[in-house]
Amino acid sequence: MTTNTIEFDDVTKVYGDDMVAIEDVTYGVEKGTTTVLVGPSGCGKTTTMELVNRLEDPTEGTVYYEGTDIQELDRIQLRREIGYVIQEIGLFDHMTVGENVATVPELKGWDRDRINDRIDELLDLMDLPPTEYRDQYPRSLSGGQRQRVGIARALAGDPDVLLMDEPFGALDPITRETLQNEFLEIQEKINTTILFVTHSIDEALKMGDKIAIYDVGEVVQYGTPQEILESPANNFVEDFVGADRGLKRLQVTQVKELLAAPVKEAESGGRGVAVATDGNGSHELSPTDSAQVALSRMIQYDVETLPVTDDGRVVGEIEKSDIHQIARTEG
Amino acid sequence: MSAFVDAWHYFTGNFNEFLTLLQEHLFMVVIAELGAIVVAIPIAILAVQNDRTKRVVMAVGNVSQTVPTLAVIALVYPLLGIGFNSAVFGIWLYALLPILTNTVTGIEDVDEGTVNAARGMGMTDLEILRKIQIPLALPVIFAGIRTSSVINVGTAYLAFFIGGGGLGVWVITGIQLFNTPQMLAGAIPGAILAITADLLFASIERYLGQDNDAQVGVAA
Ligand SMILES: Nc1ncnc2c1ncn2[C@@H]1O[C@H](COP(=O)(O)OP(=O)(O)OP(=O)(O)O)[C@@H](O)[C@H]1O
Ligand SMILES: [Mg+2]
Repeated sequence: MTTNTIEFDDVTKVYGDDMVAIEDVTYGVEKGTTTVLVGPSGCGKTTTMELVNRLEDPTEGTVYYEGTDIQELDRIQLRREIGYVIQEIGLFDHMTVGENVATVPELKGWDRDRINDRIDELLDLMDLPPTEYRDQYPRSLSGGQRQRVGIARALAGDPDVLLMDEPFGALDPITRETLQNEFLEIQEKINTTILFVTHSIDEALKMGDKIAIYDVGEVVQYGTPQEILESPANNFVEDFVGADRGLKRLQVTQVKELLAAPVKEAESGGRGVAVATDGNGSHELSPTDSAQVALSRMIQYDVETLPVTDDGRVVGEIEKSDIHQIARTEG
Repeated sequence: MSAFVDAWHYFTGNFNEFLTLLQEHLFMVVIAELGAIVVAIPIAILAVQNDRTKRVVMAVGNVSQTVPTLAVIALVYPLLGIGFNSAVFGIWLYALLPILTNTVTGIEDVDEGTVNAARGMGMTDLEILRKIQIPLALPVIFAGIRTSSVINVGTAYLAFFIGGGGLGVWVITGIQLFNTPQMLAGAIPGAILAITADLLFASIERYLGQDNDAQVGVAA
């Protein structure tokens, strides 16, 4: 039917007799993308995730995994294919960091060498040097380190799908941002389909290819960060996104999206203003910089345009007016 | 003070008999305790699988703990008659309860997030029990074993009433015959025994807590 890895088709979940957690939820999660579920507390984000690894079963509707009704899949098998970072982290305090990470590979019956290699690889990836952390117990770790272990543990079994329930919750803003950035890099490498829960719209805009905005029990908008910033579906989304929508658009827009036709070699550097001058070279923008970075550099260096370079080659030029264009909120 | 001096004389003068009684006493305590561990832990583990059975076990456990030890012995007597076996049975019955309740509580109190994480990663109920719940409950289970062992030392004194021997022979005969030295010579070693057992378990517990379950020794 589709190429979506996960598909929610008119899914309703009722707890007990009348506690409607989510109602008529329909959307698809494309393979290899990150979809962020965002919304206020109690709106059904965790419930949605638990329907994917069958910790809960839908009351009505169907969840598809790789096109198959999830009810037809063996739930133990399914869970071992799906990495899970639980909201409470839930590290096993009686096991070392290494043993925690080894959980799913052991359940899957990998041989010892492969498991050991995998532990070291993931601890390295999460910036926890194995020689130092492997044999530590979770209790001796800081909050940020525990979160990292939680993520390493979820990635260990080479999952096709990763469910991350507020993986960076309860962290100070600086640690949070560090982890977000690291995870964006990791995400590039692993190419896993990710469902990511947060109640912070900023985190959603930053982490998501797609965003599902939940109001109590229902999805009120589903789209890319740009779509949501450009055209909020209703007042709830508009409020949720916040009054500084224009500025947020600068954060989610990359410089390369603003580049018009590539400039000709000969012309490049011709407009003296941009290629300045104080010798530290950071005037140049890279295509993956955000429009926000571009604007702040323009203000910093008091210029109207900046060159964009890729691998040392000038690939284009950005003007301040281009940036003003996207910051304008109506649309 | 002289009572203690006399007790010391009685003790040294009847040392061989003391050794026999002590041996009987320890034997009853240890057998009953091992039996209690072997029976109570599996029952508790089964009980937590289901809300109803869990509640029944906890209720029975809590009520039974309020039944006086002597009453337990008195109940065993008409059922099993006189002798070592029925004494051990009585002690065993009384030793079950702390282990039972502690095992249930220990497993119940394992953090829900931890269990959910384990389930979400694809552990079966049995794997969750074996790899997560029991290891994490181990200190609490062990505390139950400690309590019940200490209680056993005391309960075993009553074995005398149904012909089980042990240090109770001196204490109760001593009381009946107004022979204070004999009574003390039987009672004091028991007190020392109970305290020693408690300290011993405490140090094992501390040891377990320290290199916390590096080797997940599962009890069941
Ligand atoms: N097992 C359950 N039994 C009964 N009600 C539940 C259960 N789990 C969740 N709920 C209810 O369903 C609703 C949605 O819960 P859910 O945990 O999915 O919210 P959430 O969006 O993850 O919230 P938060 O941001 O606080 O984690 C809440 O009102 C919650 O109280
Ligand atoms: Mg939640």
